[in-house]
Amino acid sequence: MGVEMGYIDDVIDKYGKEQRGLIPSLLEIQNEYHYLPVEALQRVSERMSIPKIQIYQVASFYKAFSLKPRGKYIITVCLGTACHVRGGQMLIDQVGRLLDIKPGENTKDMQFTLEAVNCLGCCALGPVMVLDGKYFGSMAASKVEKVLDKFMEREVTANG
Amino acid sequence: MAKERTVEAIDLEQRREKILATQDPSRVSIKVCGGTGCLALASDEVAAAFETELKKQGVEGSVELKTTGCPGFCEQGPLVVIHPEGIFYTHVKPKDAAEIIAQTIVKKEVVDRLLFKDPKTGEKITYETDVPFYKQQTRILLKNSGIIDPRKIEDYIAVGGYKGLAKALFEMTPEQVIEEVKQSGLRGRGGAGFSTGKKWEFCRNAIGEAKYIICNADEGDPGAFQDRGLIEGNPHSILEGIIIGAYAIGAHQGFIYIRNEYPLAVELIRLAAEQAKENGLLGENILGSGFSFNVDIQLGAGAFVCGEETAMMASIEGRTGEPHARPPYPAQSGLWGMPTNINNVKTWAWVPHIINNGASWFGQMGTDKSKGTTIFSIVGKIQNTGLAEVPMGISLRHLVEDIGGGVTDGKKLKAVQTGGPSGGCIPESLWHLPVDYDSLAEAGTIMGSGGIIVMDESTCMVDIARYFLNFSKFESCGKCTACREGVERMYEILDYITRGYGREGDIELLEELGNAVKAGSLCGLGQTAPNPVLSTIRYFRSEYEAHIRDKTCPAGVCRELITFYIIPEKCPGCGLCLRNCSEKAISGEKGEPYVIDESKCIACGLCREVCNFDAVVVR
Repeated sequence: MGVEMGYIDDVIDKYGKEQRGLIPSLLEIQNEYHYLPVEALQRVSERMSIPKIQIYQVASFYKAFSLKPRGKYIITVCLGTACHVRGGQMLIDQVGRLLDIKPGENTKDMQFTLEAVNCLGCCALGPVMVLDGKYFGSMAASKVEKVLDKFMEREVTANG
Repeated sequence: MAKERTVEAIDLEQRREKILATQDPSRVSIKVCGGTGCLALASDEVAAAFETELKKQGVEGSVELKTTGCPGFCEQGPLVVIHPEGIFYTHVKPKDAAEIIAQTIVKKEVVDRLLFKDPKTGEKITYETDVPFYKQQTRILLKNSGIIDPRKIEDYIAVGGYKGLAKALFEMTPEQVIEEVKQSGLRGRGGAGFSTGKKWEFCRNAIGEAKYIICNADEGDPGAFQDRGLIEGNPHSILEGIIIGAYAIGAHQGFIYIRNEYPLAVELIRLAAEQAKENGLLGENILGSGFSFNVDIQLGAGAFVCGEETAMMASIEGRTGEPHARPPYPAQSGLWGMPTNINNVKTWAWVPHIINNGASWFGQMGTDKSKGTTIFSIVGKIQNTGLAEVPMGISLRHLVEDIGGGVTDGKKLKAVQTGGPSGGCIPESLWHLPVDYDSLAEAGTIMGSGGIIVMDESTCMVDIARYFLNFSKFESCGKCTACREGVERMYEILDYITRGYGREGDIELLEELGNAVKAGSLCGLGQTAPNPVLSTIRYFRSEYEAHIRDKTCPAGVCRELITFYIIPEKCPGCGLCLRNCSEKAISGEKGEPYVIDESKCIACGLCREVCNFDAVVVR
């Protein structure tokens, strides 16, 4: 996906050129592209007059940002304490086995990215997994395959 | 001196009366929980099914359908409550909507199968107020969660919302507001427990061109979600508290720093701020009082350390969230060098109640030094997971066994963990302790933000300590060497122990390192990161010793120390485990007991999870 400079400019105009607009702007760009493309960061640096090194510092410090491209669909498995004691690790291992990736990696076809998160705040329903923005509560490692299959089926139908 | 009431304050009362006049308390209302917890169980589909069915059965005109925030009993979700009777339905699925409308709404009959069954007595309970989980709580902050629609400011105004703000603006001076909060004894609900009134006073008295206030909604402690629940259930109550605080301190700009990981809470607090502005409750000349205040919503970007106040301020300024040494305290030199006051979501939510009801009313609840109620998230290996609001000082046992309903699957309780990665584990022998700031500190943990994680005999305490250190290692900002390197080394030692490479002297080394990390770190993250290790060594030393000396994991968790085994007498040979084994480590004939090949087994535990006959065990 190419970076639309017009879009980047709009985002910066929305949050202002002051330093305090930097994190909100980066979050919005991250949401749009699922990562922070280098061209986008260069544009942000020029337009906000913030040195690239400072932008890199912020982008690499906060865990919400990714400097590498990510898959079309993000799978997030919660490893908060409540999910951990209810088998969150088993869950993420199983997703990893099925998709043949480790947390933080993309599948070869760039369809999925697997991520671990330290708490989603749905602790009562642990272990929790989020697939493309949809929450799955009270998950179990044995249910992962079915959930993934169903999702793929629906996506394939939706995309013709 | 009390100020004179102006026309605008009366306007709010008139608006309230107008809203109340349009509401009919006897009208049938279906309330579907739309909090993140119930949403994870597809409560949005349940609400949509009700909407369709109401039309289909021709009763949409006489019945109100409302999506509310989280009332707290997440375990039983999706939750549906039928008012005015308060009939309480649990685990409601979209296909149940038709029956609920036909039976309960039209025929006034209860759908028995959807009622809550008390696991202790086996009795079915019809009304929400009779459910033991709710009955044993003192719900003040959570009172309206589950009743009002968080997307509607009218709902909040109807239940007395913004009354406290009007009272503060028109009947009290800022000093009087601070005095009231100080007198109440309210202590910061973020975990540190500092007097809120005093904190405000420092900031009010500090000299600066501008003053700022911040609402800390960066709820990062894993296992705690009361801030999310509160924002999703009643966002205006937090906003009202913030505006009152701004008036007391003399701030005209505020920030709500909220986790990016809470999309629904972000949406709802944003909407609440917009509505408050439209209604003259936020922005220029609030309610015509002459006081102006604005609030910006700032999203966190996934850094746990930003929950620390100096790191949070750096993050709002657009920099990396690294804490700095205090003093100077934020009240002296905070955001952009100006006096700044930071409080947690729950602290802000208390403010309108204290202004409305007075300091002495608040002081009646709780203990001598820890007053009021607080919200706990009770999670982990327990029956009734969810949010519970109770007076400070009740015993842990009451919280876990009575309100929480005890442990699941008849297993034995082992410990509770409080305070997130900064806290510690408390063994069952100490559960008589009252839950307040000071008692928990004595037991080697902290109150923290109120997450209570219950652990049973199948939880390994060494694994838990390793888990928390992994968390702190990941979240350490890296500024202080003691935290950056010390936590890493402690993690490595724990990791070795859980993998069977522990050596004599490791426990002592962990203790020594832990104390060094505490002493050598600037902020709360490093100062408390060793707590989970030190507290588990203090109370569960024998588990460490079993890992180190006998190379066994008594709880059956640490993968490299356990082997899976199928009990032949219990295995009917259904083949389910074989079909689920990714490593082809299970073999056997259908109808005969199956066998696990240890050399191929990766101890993923899937076979044990799927077995319906408890035939797979850990040795």
